[in-house]
Amino acid sequence: MKLTVKLFAYFRDDRFVKEVREYSDTITVGEIIDGLDIDRDEVGIMMLNSKHCSFETVPVAGDIVAIFPQVGGG
Amino acid sequence: MADKIFRVNMSDLSTSVEDVPQAWAGLGGRGLTSNIVAAEVPPTCHPLGPNNKLVFAPGLLSGTNAANSGRLSAGAKSPLTGTIKESNAGGTSAQFMARCGCKALIIEGQPKDDKWYALALSSDGVTISEETDLVGKGNHEVAESLKAKLEGKQGVITIGPAGEMKMTAANISVMDPDGNLRSNGRGGLGAVMGSKKVKYITIDPKDGTLDIADPEAFKAANRAFAKSLVDDQTSQALKTYGTNVLVNVINEAGGLPTRNFTAGQFDGHDNISGETMYDMIKERGGKPSHNCHPGCVIQCSQVFNDKDKKYKTSGFEYESIWAMGADCCVDNLDDIAEADSLMDDLGVDSIEVSVAFGVAMEAGVLDFGDGKEMCRMIKEDIGGGTPLGRILGNGAGSVGRSFGVTRVPVVKNQAIPAYDPRTVKGMAITYSTTPMGADHTTGYAVTANVLGVGGKVDPLSKEGQIELSRNLQIATAAIDSTGMCLFIAFAALDDPNCLPALIDLINARYGISLTGDDVTELGKSILKTERAFNQAAGFTNADDRLPEFFYNEPLPPHNLVVDFTGEEIDSFWDF
Repeated sequence: MKLTVKLFAYFRDDRFVKEVREYSDTITVGEIIDGLDIDRDEVGIMMLNSKHCSFETVPVAGDIVAIFPQVGGG
Repeated sequence: MADKIFRVNMSDLSTSVEDVPQAWAGLGGRGLTSNIVAAEVPPTCHPLGPNNKLVFAPGLLSGTNAANSGRLSAGAKSPLTGTIKESNAGGTSAQFMARCGCKALIIEGQPKDDKWYALALSSDGVTISEETDLVGKGNHEVAESLKAKLEGKQGVITIGPAGEMKMTAANISVMDPDGNLRSNGRGGLGAVMGSKKVKYITIDPKDGTLDIADPEAFKAANRAFAKSLVDDQTSQALKTYGTNVLVNVINEAGGLPTRNFTAGQFDGHDNISGETMYDMIKERGGKPSHNCHPGCVIQCSQVFNDKDKKYKTSGFEYESIWAMGADCCVDNLDDIAEADSLMDDLGVDSIEVSVAFGVAMEAGVLDFGDGKEMCRMIKEDIGGGTPLGRILGNGAGSVGRSFGVTRVPVVKNQAIPAYDPRTVKGMAITYSTTPMGADHTTGYAVTANVLGVGGKVDPLSKEGQIELSRNLQIATAAIDSTGMCLFIAFAALDDPNCLPALIDLINARYGISLTGDDVTELGKSILKTERAFNQAAGFTNADDRLPEFFYNEPLPPHNLVVDFTGEEIDSFWDF
């Protein structure tokens, strides 16, 4: 299935900003992160279609996955 | 050197140095400014009249070498909100004021003539002199001129033309270590300073130092505290991308107020994001990280250069960039930087005035997305004091009333900043209940709602938001009293060593034995003091509400509204 993956802050370095990528139907958000060589400990925020999700969340075709490191501001 | 209260009476141009009353001895920063305003300012007075007082106070740890302890609180009755107000900023003045032995500076009264004055503060007290040369000048020129003229390193606190014109969005600027500006931004305190006819204040610490009751314990606590801040992952991201890293985060979460609060996502988000800003800064030879006061280990500020690699602005914050960007649909970071620099120079709050522009765009005064026209109007209308400029310079509520706009994002007449309360529901409680008028810093529920810091509370549900906002507002009131930058909270919420180290620092400085519970009680007592002032000024629970449109206009993409009942909001105060 096709998913849109978006990366933010330094996760973009040597990777990409936004890509439509092909994945197996059973893949979890955590496995997508592993496949990008991102350490799960460095992940601060994960969103699926603009809602927070977890490593165990299973996306469906056409979903948008957004992955951020731990960030803050205000 | 024992701490004293420095008092300036602008009615008869007299000054005094007084002992600190027992009731104020354990207070600093916001705790002190709010207690002084509550004790000495009649709540029903006109904020720009002789009975209001402008109070500056460094925090409990300011002037020491404790990391991140250089915040300066300013307090008064706000001409924007009519409530009590505290607004804090970095820069060098808090540390220098503390090293002069000044626990608080109280400016009261009002000159009867039309002259302008400058105040010079040192360990000997305050002297008042008439000022003519710098009247009417912008903050950048004031800072540059004083930096060249003053002997040694001194602090400068100044107002721009907007403060002189008593616009209710006028801020107070504080010079940073490089001669650039930080702002006590919110609530129109610059207009209060202007009403006292004080153009600027200089602070000469000479070789003054502070007494530390237990230097060894202080050193050990500071080491632990700084380590906690430096190791924190959020601090590290702040150092690289600044607070503007949030544009993409809040946009992705659907909570980035866009086109005067009619959508939660902005198509041009990546053009104005922290990631793009970082690339531009690097390319143009600016500085991605920079400290707004000596001793800051987080360094979220930056130096942003223009296309010709010349300095344009610093302290270029997410909330300002959001307001000029997404809220006004301007997707050009250079236009936003120009507007930021102009507003710093005139001395207006870049949140309040930018949200005011969003309302003006909805009214058709100018087009959404027209950053160049926004810059022209800031310079010519606000700077020139035209009738339109004064409408804008008095904030978002003023523009809404003047042009008949009903979608006006304010609480207690102060503009709502960068997190839509329909999608980041913890902020609905903070904006509604804080005694300051809509202010994100007073109870930053974005932490648990969106950032996953200090636990997780679903931003799209009202479950758990009242307790979250209450706990944050209590903790923030206490932190704002220490002189610490609020960004220490990111470490404090997730590292169990951080807050105890901060309490150890206070104990070692003063030779006392505060506990965590004492700090919580301090936070509660500050909030209650501030609320009591507002109630005596005529505010009721009906003022603790968001504007109507948040309850009946669903915000895309999540299409939610604010759904707290009045009773639920009022339960915030059950402590």
